[in-house]
Amino acid sequence: MSGSPKIPSSEITPEEAFLNRRFFMKSAISAGSTLATAGLYRTFAPRPEVKNNGAAITTVAEPALRTALAADEKLNSFTEIAGYNNYYEFSTDKSEVAAKAKDFITDPWSVQVGGLVQKPRTFDLAELLKFESVERTYRFRCVEGWSMVIPWVGFPLSKLLSMVEPTSAATHVAFETYYDIKQMPDSGSAGIDLPYVEGLRLDEAMHPLTLLATGLYGKTLPNQNGAPIRLVVPWKYGFKSIKSVVKITLMDREPPTTWSLANPGEYGFYSNVNPTVDHPRWSQARERRIGEVGSRETLMFNGYAEQVAHLYAGMDLKEDF
Amino acid sequence: MTFSSDTRFHRQLVVFNGLLPALLILLDAWRGKLGANPVEFITRATGVLTLVFLVITLMVTPLRKIYGWNWLLKQRRLLGLYAFFYGVAHLLTYLAYDRDWQLQTVIGDVYKRPFIAIGMFSFALMIPLAVTSTNAMIKRLGGQRWAQLHRLTYYITIGGVLHYYIIVKSDITYPLIFAIIVAVLLAYRVMMSLKKPEVLHPELRE
Repeated sequence: MSGSPKIPSSEITPEEAFLNRRFFMKSAISAGSTLATAGLYRTFAPRPEVKNNGAAITTVAEPALRTALAADEKLNSFTEIAGYNNYYEFSTDKSEVAAKAKDFITDPWSVQVGGLVQKPRTFDLAELLKFESVERTYRFRCVEGWSMVIPWVGFPLSKLLSMVEPTSAATHVAFETYYDIKQMPDSGSAGIDLPYVEGLRLDEAMHPLTLLATGLYGKTLPNQNGAPIRLVVPWKYGFKSIKSVVKITLMDREPPTTWSLANPGEYGFYSNVNPTVDHPRWSQARERRIGEVGSRETLMFNGYAEQVAHLYAGMDLKEDF
Repeated sequence: MTFSSDTRFHRQLVVFNGLLPALLILLDAWRGKLGANPVEFITRATGVLTLVFLVITLMVTPLRKIYGWNWLLKQRRLLGLYAFFYGVAHLLTYLAYDRDWQLQTVIGDVYKRPFIAIGMFSFALMIPLAVTSTNAMIKRLGGQRWAQLHRLTYYITIGGVLHYYIIVKSDITYPLIFAIIVAVLLAYRVMMSLKKPEVLHPELRE
């Protein structure tokens, strides 16, 4: 201070106050930047665990089928199954769907079944839940390269189709998902045309493995898994197993399907799980089972070749992918 | 000492905030809170972080010119090294979990899939930049050549955004946000170069 005699000492900020202010500023900037960085990370990081809010289903039968269809593979936990979902109407972030679909209204619900049938009719939720249900544990293989083992509750689609009596002209079945932008406000950025539509050949639809699922782990389906009723076709990539079905139409030609409309070169009508036919942007030879660290081999028809290979006899599966 | 002259504090801020996402990922991994598919999350997070740091390095010049935040310049190389750090983490995650360390399959993957090729190419371009990020290297190369070399950042960032855009299945929101930001930052360079050529200290060139 002796070096600056022109400044009266009263105008010099005491060193202590200066250091205090500096210390305060630095602390504030450090804390602020840390909060901002950590906050940004948290915004994009996975959500906390989800709880099973489904009501108990009382009509589970045929549990013996369980071990036969996914060998002795370990079941995925409810948290994994209900916390990691592709349901683009709600979000394209798989860990966000559960939260975004929380208030989705699934009751009242009805499924309109028509087209080339003798007895078109609309089933309400109570009627759908009256079908004798079975528990089926299937492997579930997503086209993105991950898989799970899921204990579904539901009934074979063939039972419902038999009730409406398809005409002899019917060769295919078209499905449609419920769509309401008011309940699905984020659907605008999904990048696919909605409502979501899917389809099967009639023989695929009538196959005993093809299920209309109404629950999992012995309880009604969580919204994010396609409540109140969804299709499960275990030998095809997951996107064929259309969620929250409102319409089933019997047709005499191949119906349009959402993903092949969006990108015909990447997603075919059949979309059978096939380790020898790669997706143009990634290999399908292996898959990551959710809950496992490494990867495992993908099985032909997702391990259901014995039951379904005959449906595709004589077909070139590279051509009809 | 004012904020803008406290280089040591700037360095501490950048070091800590750059490392923080990596620490949080490790913490979440240790707590088992990375969601149902941790590998997918780590791959995506490290990839996005690489892009974030690339974009921040490209923001340094406009922020300096427009707001006079010249102090940022001394932190730019560190920001670039963080982009490289997360790029390495991204590549290692791919090699470990997507390729199961079967390195011979990487060549086929690069050949078959354009987005992998673009990603690899962009990563390869980052290596010479990381290697030449020391003061000694700036001296050895000479300021002008060093600055020229480091303009590769433009192509690396474009490659990174393209790599992200191609892999997304249908919701292009995030890659599009990156694309817009990068387009604005690059357009700024084009505009400035059209305006007037200036002679500057080597590290001040961009």
